[in-house]
Amino acid sequence: MNTTATPARRNVQLPLQVRALSYQVQGRQLLSPLNLSIDSTGISIMLGPNGAGKSLLLRLLHGLLKPDSGSILWNQQSIGELSVRMQQSMVFQKPVLLRRSVAANIDYVLKLRNKASTQRRDELLHSAGLADKSAQPARSLSGGEQQRLAIARALATSPAVLFLDEPTASLDPEATSHIEHQVHQAARAGIKVIMVTHDLSQARRLAHDVIFMSYGTIAEHSSAGLFFSNPASVAGKTWLSSYLQPSQTNSPSHD
Amino acid sequence: MISNVARLLASILLLVTTSTHGSDAILVQSTTSTANSGLYDFLLPVFRQHSGITVNVVAVGTGQAIRNARNCDADVLLVHAKEAEEQFVSDGYGVHRHDLMYNDFVIVGPSDDPGAIKGLSTSVAAFTAIASTRSLFASRGDNSGTHKKELSLWQNASIDAAADSGKWYRETGSGMGATMNTAVGMGAYTLTDRATWISFKNRQNHAVLFEGDSDLFNQYGVILVNQEKCPAVKSAQGQKFIDWLISSDGQQLIASYQVNGQQLFYPNAR
Amino acid sequence: MTDFSQAFGVAFQLLIRGDDALYEIIFLSLRVSLTATLIACVIGLPLGAALATLSFRGKWLLTVVTNTLMGMPPVVLGLILYMALSNAGPFGWLQLLYTPGAMILAQTLLIIPIVTALTRQIIDDNWLDYREQLHSLCVPRFAAIQTLLWDTRASLLTVAMAGFARAISEVGAVIVVGGNINHLTRVMTTAIALETSKGELALALALGMVLLLISLMINASVLSAKGHTSR
Repeated sequence: MNTTATPARRNVQLPLQVRALSYQVQGRQLLSPLNLSIDSTGISIMLGPNGAGKSLLLRLLHGLLKPDSGSILWNQQSIGELSVRMQQSMVFQKPVLLRRSVAANIDYVLKLRNKASTQRRDELLHSAGLADKSAQPARSLSGGEQQRLAIARALATSPAVLFLDEPTASLDPEATSHIEHQVHQAARAGIKVIMVTHDLSQARRLAHDVIFMSYGTIAEHSSAGLFFSNPASVAGKTWLSSYLQPSQTNSPSHD
Repeated sequence: MISNVARLLASILLLVTTSTHGSDAILVQSTTSTANSGLYDFLLPVFRQHSGITVNVVAVGTGQAIRNARNCDADVLLVHAKEAEEQFVSDGYGVHRHDLMYNDFVIVGPSDDPGAIKGLSTSVAAFTAIASTRSLFASRGDNSGTHKKELSLWQNASIDAAADSGKWYRETGSGMGATMNTAVGMGAYTLTDRATWISFKNRQNHAVLFEGDSDLFNQYGVILVNQEKCPAVKSAQGQKFIDWLISSDGQQLIASYQVNGQQLFYPNAR
Repeated sequence: MTDFSQAFGVAFQLLIRGDDALYEIIFLSLRVSLTATLIACVIGLPLGAALATLSFRGKWLLTVVTNTLMGMPPVVLGLILYMALSNAGPFGWLQLLYTPGAMILAQTLLIIPIVTALTRQIIDDNWLDYREQLHSLCVPRFAAIQTLLWDTRASLLTVAMAGFARAISEVGAVIVVGGNINHLTRVMTTAIALETSKGELALALALGMVLLLISLMINASVLSAKGHTSR
């Protein structure tokens, strides 16, 4: 699993600049005007209670949804540009694998980008730990394997930015650790990772910086060290302390 | 992908278009009675050997056969409703009408003969008996040659059977075979040509109960469709077929056709 | 009723004896209905997928119309086609009436709505799952439709079988546009209708059994093929 351990390259999509972004559905304001800028590589983790708008913001940043107002610029270019979106990939909470073999799922994306190559496919499957399952139907894999394949497939486009929306939400600890390893590898290879999670300990393990959201806006954007030791926002403080209660079940809900 | 689809469509088109009529084949619109009795299966192979012409037969009721021929969807018309046939010719759709052959109609019904028509001497008496006892009667009700004959018989007997439609008078709106299946099923009388009856297999308890009146004469005619009305008509081949049918060869062959040892059609071309 | 037990015997004899007339009718039935199914799929699958995935004016109306046409009575379709293909009609010059081509056309038109409507539903259900993922990968819409069609192929095979079943079992349309001409346009269902009208009930029933047997074999082979390709 060392094939992707190349030195970090300059990320062509940074900096990200979001200005006055808002989004509403049928008159309900789901994101109030918010600003965000990201100029460092590594792993940005989005945290916050349910319904805060994390997944929504992720989709807006990736261009799956169109904002009602505001702008999203990746290295001065609008997310509306196809060339910008082509350099990004996204992994969803529930992986949507094609009903084909494991290998064919990778081939599909390589071919889509006119980069069909069995060598590249084998590399990707190898680093996902799926080399021996390449001929199996993708949907017969375990949940963890399916998500690994989804990440390998996302990486097949050679993205500059990788979005992950709670990729380990329904996985056991072992599968989770495997996914985290993949995410680390990707970041080390120079890919900008932006990931939503509900798992505080996972955030601690992965985050370089934390985007903390609450009630449809960004409460704070701090370095990981700062956020976990001394969060700047009241919302962040409250959330963290509720997480650290002895009962420690799931994240509290603000819905 | 697109080229694959195109190739597929092309091969389909080939499949579809290779299936049109042979150029020398003619189309005959005819009645179910002649087709169901197996007459064509007997005649046509002989004619084909003789002439090299394939004859395709569409068997429907006489009314529909004439209508199809009026739409130019036939080269030859072979039916049994003389008035309608003459109308067809005088309207310019037919070249000339030839008498071809005849047989007769019979009244079949349940063996216990609830209307007691067996032994009566005229068709008027038989139809009067059926109506007065309100015995079930299954009518074709489809404007076919047999249906037209039946209507004229009710008229001769001065009975308005249609007034009791749905009561004892049951109009099936179907072909001869289907109507006979219905009659057998509900124990009704019905009027049928003898050829269809002889070759009909699902008789159960039904039998011929009235026959022999000169009223029940059933004449078949054959007509070439007129090329002036219908330019696509294959006149030469169609005429060849008609000439053969009314020739002594054709007439003898018709006379020799038997089912269960009984002659079905009596040639009478002049 | 001896007809019923007799029918089994007759059906068995027909198949064993290898009756030429019977095989001719079976082959024409298969040729007409399989061709119709093929054409209906070539048209109906992409159309159904487009109805599910594209948004355009009149989409709702087209969906309702398609679903309604699934209930088209074959005899009505046959009549419409007869009037169109008749020498007195606008397409008489095609010289298609009373040919297998007309029967293929009739059955194709009959089952396109079925294939389209069922495909639309299947693709619609899957589109909910796939849309974001394909959008994220920047898959062009046309390629997305292709992907969905391929990924739902197991379900779509059932759609094709439903179309084929409707085609090979209908009699109303083919008897009007085909004319039930011996050795030319006689298929299983019109032969059954003919034998029924001749009162040959056992033979008619036997032909019906043969028809079902053929459908059974086709379904069985499709189902076993599906077992290999699904997932």
